[in-house]
Amino acid sequence: MPGCGFARQQEKAIEPESNTAADHALVPGSISVKRQGFSLASVLAPVGVATGVLAAWYVLSHFHVFPESAFPTPGQVVEGFLEKCRHGEIVDDVIASLYRVVFGFVLAVTLGIPLGLWMGTRPKIRMALLPAVNFFRSLSPLAWIPFAIMWLGIGDRPSIFLIFMTAFFPIVLSTCAAVAQIPNVYFRVARDFDFGGVELLLHVTLPAIMPQVITSLRVTAGLSWVVVVAAEMIAGRDGLGFLIWDARNLLRPDLVVVGMVIIGCIGVVLDRLISQLTRIPSIRWGYDK
Amino acid sequence: MTNSLIELQSVSRSYHGVAALEGLTFRVEPGEFVAVVGPSGCGKTTLLNLLSGCDIPTSGRIERRGSVRMVYQHDGLFPWLTAGQNIDLALRKLVSAQDRKSQRQALLNLIGLEGFADHYPHQLSGGMRQRVELARALAGETDLLLMDEPFSALDYLTRLRMRDELARLLHERPRTVVLVTHDIEEAAQLADRVIVMSGRPGRIICEHSLSLARPRELTDPEVTHAVQTILSELGLGMQRSENDRTDEETK
Ligand SMILES: Nc1ncnc2c1ncn2[C@@H]1O[C@H](COP(=O)(O)OP(=O)(O)OP(=O)(O)O)[C@@H](O)[C@H]1O
Ligand SMILES: [Mg+2]
Repeated sequence: MPGCGFARQQEKAIEPESNTAADHALVPGSISVKRQGFSLASVLAPVGVATGVLAAWYVLSHFHVFPESAFPTPGQVVEGFLEKCRHGEIVDDVIASLYRVVFGFVLAVTLGIPLGLWMGTRPKIRMALLPAVNFFRSLSPLAWIPFAIMWLGIGDRPSIFLIFMTAFFPIVLSTCAAVAQIPNVYFRVARDFDFGGVELLLHVTLPAIMPQVITSLRVTAGLSWVVVVAAEMIAGRDGLGFLIWDARNLLRPDLVVVGMVIIGCIGVVLDRLISQLTRIPSIRWGYDK
Repeated sequence: MTNSLIELQSVSRSYHGVAALEGLTFRVEPGEFVAVVGPSGCGKTTLLNLLSGCDIPTSGRIERRGSVRMVYQHDGLFPWLTAGQNIDLALRKLVSAQDRKSQRQALLNLIGLEGFADHYPHQLSGGMRQRVELARALAGETDLLLMDEPFSALDYLTRLRMRDELARLLHERPRTVVLVTHDIEEAAQLADRVIVMSGRPGRIICEHSLSLARPRELTDPEVTHAVQTILSELGLGMQRSENDRTDEETK
């Protein structure tokens, strides 16, 4: 009888509460210990790895495994960093790079998501545009560098253009794919409640694809940050990419490393910032499966 | 035209020349609770799509009056909205915010989820989600509820509880219901009339009326008798014989 089964299950479920200390430690205790160990490790392990990398770097430079002129010591890098800070130009470089990435990326998002939605909801438009979007998606944005300089010269504009080319096509594609994957049942529910046109787009289609769109924003923002360095090396007179290129020309490998460290750190922060979006309650559902 | 909410006359639906439903004729009267039972693939979902107007028959005629709302098997709630906001969807047409708020609260009370208005569907259990789904369907002034196996994703005990819940909710807010299910007990426990369908292509084998008031006990003689009869009509009862089986194969 199902009734009996239920009663027995309940008894079992109650057991751990009315238990001896030994059992208590065995059941819920082991879980909390595991959790604590996990959170501790999640702080210690990365710090440990970073220390290891620094130590290896120190050992390699200390014993001159590579020629001194091409392998700065940690000390030299710290000095280089302080020197750059004193002139304040490092802040300008960071701002220049961030400005380009944010501008190009926001442009790509504001144009890419609507185009993706349009392609996703109109099969004929999708049929017409998808091959072209795929073509440009497969093209490395760096291939545009010659034209970026020929058309837009040197400075902010070619970099913004390259960032746009980096982020736009992947965003269009993933938005379009996300729309195609929306379960049909949502549209039928929407029909039952008389949603249509713009309302349907804003209240059903867009929220339904948000989790996937945010995942793609994370990926493309990372890509943009990678590309801005390359763009500034060739088409810039400032920015973190130019800082590295300039340091190479000045035979200052320590400043090259300063640039690398700053780029890496900002990249991590950017990713963390965008991943905060996944905590928004109306988006969280897409990640809790 | 009579005052039936739904009237089907020799309705057929085929996909690519293969019949899914064949020659369905029946009516649904206002206030009636009709259950449609039949084996998997006999066209129950297809039938509901026809009734809701999502799909049109290949031949035959369907007349429908009034507004329709569908209750889905599961995941019919928008996951990006809270339980309360999902219910609000059905109250969109109410102009006054005060009305909407009090209606929503009344519905949440009705399904016993007062404290869960701000919970998202993924934070609720399957049974709670289905209750919110019922509340949403009952909100506002809908004439006809179409339910496609609304409890089949739930475990047995929850399903039993949800049947009582549905009977109670319909007592509070009477609606005309067409419930599609492959759970014959569910049909016999809830419906005023059970339509039994054959395997594919779906045809009506017969109809049963039950006069007992809801909520009904699963063990009530009228219910168990109906279950027995329907099972044997589907060739699944105790009397199942070699004959019945070969009958089905030749169909
Ligand atoms: N879009 C479609 N295209 C082609 N055939 C379809 C389509 N939808 C349904 N069918 C066919 O129609 C028949 C009835 O399908 P339907 O989904 O209505 O069955 P059902 O009774 O709801 O089954 P279940 O109990 O498994 O949900 C099936 O055999 C199926 O192959
Ligand atoms: Mg079905």
